[in-house]
Parts: sequence; structure tokens; C-alpha cells
Amino acid sequence: MKFYSTALFLVFSLLFCEVVAQNDKMALVKGGVYIPLYGAADKTVKVETFLMDAYPVTNAEYLKFVEEYPQWKKSKIKSLFADNSYLTKWNNDESYSGLPNAPATNVSWFAAKKYCECQGKRLPTMDEWEFAAMANKNVPDARKIDTYNQYILNWYETPKTFNNPIGETFKNYWGIYDLHGLVWEWTLDFNSVLISGESRKDVDKDSNLFCGSAAIGASDLMNYAAFMRYAFRGSMKARYSSQNLGFRCAKDVENQ
Amino acid sequence: MKNFRHIAMIIALAAVFSCNNTSEKNTAAVEATKVKKAEGETIPEMSIYNLPSHWTTQNGEEIELKDLQGKVVVMVMIYTTCKAACPRLVADMRNIEKQIPDEKKDDVQYVFVSIDPETDTPERLKAFAKENEMEDEKWLFLRGTEGDTREFAAVLAVNYKQISPMDFSHSNIISVFEQNGEMAHQQEGLGVDNKETVQAIIDLAK
Repeated sequence: MKFYSTALFLVFSLLFCEVVAQNDKMALVKGGVYIPLYGAADKTVKVETFLMDAYPVTNAEYLKFVEEYPQWKKSKIKSLFADNSYLTKWNNDESYSGLPNAPATNVSWFAAKKYCECQGKRLPTMDEWEFAAMANKNVPDARKIDTYNQYILNWYETPKTFNNPIGETFKNYWGIYDLHGLVWEWTLDFNSVLISGESRKDVDKDSNLFCGSAAIGASDLMNYAAFMRYAFRGSMKARYSSQNLGFRCAKDVENQ
Repeated sequence: MKNFRHIAMIIALAAVFSCNNTSEKNTAAVEATKVKKAEGETIPEMSIYNLPSHWTTQNGEEIELKDLQGKVVVMVMIYTTCKAACPRLVADMRNIEKQIPDEKKDDVQYVFVSIDPETDTPERLKAFAKENEMEDEKWLFLRGTEGDTREFAAVLAVNYKQISPMDFSHSNIISVFEQNGEMAHQQEGLGVDNKETVQAIIDLAK
């Protein structure tokens, strides 16, 4: 029995490793609480410990994915899952433009989500992403530090950073690169941002559009850098894609 | 302990492989409802019936979205413990239904999708249907996994967020789908003039 179960374990481990081999650069983010910019006003949100990819998904990695799952190729993808700008800069189904280690962008939420699922992972939640992205090089929450905010604002003013290779920005406290300075990233629940009526009706906090809208308010309106991220997410739809929007995957920590 | 690890591995593996073809899982209940479906038609690219999600009805039946194919579908996302907007959304749905001429009523399916699948069990949905006197077949209440619900909301452009254990913030949108699952019309807001929505349904229904 013991032999049998060990053998079974080995077989499955091998199979499993083969599937995830190319994607093992994940960093452990120790959970905690934080007050997000949006959500229930002045309420702390608890984030469990989780694993996050150290880098965003690259062009080369994304190509591998579409080769393996052809229904996500540029010419094959259903329009329910991606708009016309999906992989718009790719020359064809099998060749991207730009650097192999530049972040994969012009990818819809559906495609990003599927990519992660096919690696045995998932997209990070917005709270996980924001929690990990509060860190600078040295501390887990650098949001009150001038240089941290200045770095992000400088990036907003720098054109076309999406063409840069991954890993050239700073390595943060958790060992994660490129949360700021390269591209914006999809989150699993990007559609939990309730800033306005899906930007179709530009009436902030219209009580007819949102149930419970009184609970929504920026807990720190000065936090312009973060506000931009939330506003961007609030303006996106799941089939949209954009050249400055990439993604990375995350994972639960098992057996804590 | 060790056995547990094996099971976890197998589950992980299943998850890895299942991303390929989740739509192929079928249950007997699904087979039964398939008869109703329009035959031989391919699903257009923009159809919600391309989503491979699985749902449970207020009667505990397992269905896929595409089992709704063939009828005009009017859909809204709610949660049953909601005190503010949802009763008004339910009223809006009822109000729309009333305005559909008798000869077309059979071609329209009204669907409420729960954004709180944890609380909204089939039993709870059933009770909600009863409370609201929506026990007729034309009212369908669905509950899915958290992931499928999030994905479905993304398709409908419905944004929602849990703001406390009992309360969600969500956008109030009623969507109308053609028989093939393509979105035909959306009405946004509460208690708004539903003339256009009603007209869209009448135009589509046979």
C-alpha cells in the first residue's frame, strides 16, 4: 500500500511539474490587513498569504500558451472573449512583435484568466494585487513614502514602457518585480470597482446605479497614483484589451 | 496526511486539465433540458452560450447557460438578502413581464443570477421565488460558483463588490438576450422607464 501510494505520488508529481515547470518564479506574500483606496470606507481588508508571479507574463510565454490552446489564438478567439485589439501587434497567430521578454499585452481578461487557469494558477484578486504593490524595495507598505508615489507618477508620465523587458524595475519587499513601472495588470475581480456606471453614465455615486453606493468613497483621495489604477479598472470590460495592460498569475498557499 | 497530499495533487491536476474542456461535463439533468434547444444552429461568437459555466436552479437542477438557448432571455443579477435595490429590480422584472403580450409570453425566460452564491443556496432561491410569487416556470433563479459568477458579471458588465458579510454593492442592469444568446439590449438603473426594454423583448419574441 505504501509503495503503491508513493509511486502514485511520484507519477502525479512528475505530471504536475511538467505542466507548471516553466512557471515557478513565484514570490510568497505574507498576508495581513490594509485599507484599500476603494471599498467599504475606512474598513481594513484582510488578505491571506498567497503566491504571486515575480514577473508579468511575457510575449514568449503567451505564445506558448496559444500554441497549446489554439482557441485563444488571435484568429480563433471568439469575440465574446476579446475585442478587435486582442494581440493587435502580433504579426499573425504564431509571431508577436517586440521583445520575447516584454510583457504580453493586448490580452483580454478572459484570456488572462484562462492562461492562469491553464498553469494551475489564477489571476490575483484586486486586494492581493494592491496589497503586494504597496511595497517598495524595503518595506511592505510604502504608500506614505514620497519616493514610492513619485516613482509611480514618473512612470505614468513615461511613454511606452510596455515595450520594455520584464524585471528592469525594482524588486520589491516580497521579491516581486514590475508591479509599478512597466504595465497595468488585470485582476480577477477588476469588475468590483464601482466608481461610476461603467463609464457610460458618468454620474458618480448615482444611487440608482449602485445598490449600497453610499458605502463607496475614496478613503484617501490624495492617493492619486492608486486612484488612476482603480479608475482604469473601472473603465475596462472583460473583453477589452490594451497595449499598456498585461497580467500575472497568483496562487493560494496550500496547507498553511 | 500523505493521502491527503495525493488527493490535493489529483485535484490540482484535474484543474489543470479541465481548463481545456469544461463544457463537456454533462449531467442527466442537462441532457433532459437539452431537448428544448434549437437544433443544428451554431452559436454566434458574441453569444453568452459560449461560456462553459454551470449553474444550479432554484429547484436544484444543474444546467448550463446554453440550455436557455431558443428563448428570449431577460437577465438580472441580484442577491436575496439585499434590502435596497434588489426588491426594486425584482419589481422591474415583474413590470416588464406584465407588458409582454400573451401570445409572446411563452418565448421569454426571466433569469435572476445570484451574486452571492454562498448565501443563495437553491433552497434560499426557492424561498425567494415563493416570497415574490415567482414560482411559474418563466422565472428562473440561478446560482453558480464564485468564479463563474464573476465571469458572467464581466460579460454583462455588471460590477459588484461584497461590502460586508450581508451586503453587496452592485450595478443595476437588466439585460435582454436574443434566442441565440447575443445581447440585444441593456437597461441600467432602478425604476427607469422600461419602454425600450419591453419593445426589445417584443421585437425578438415569436
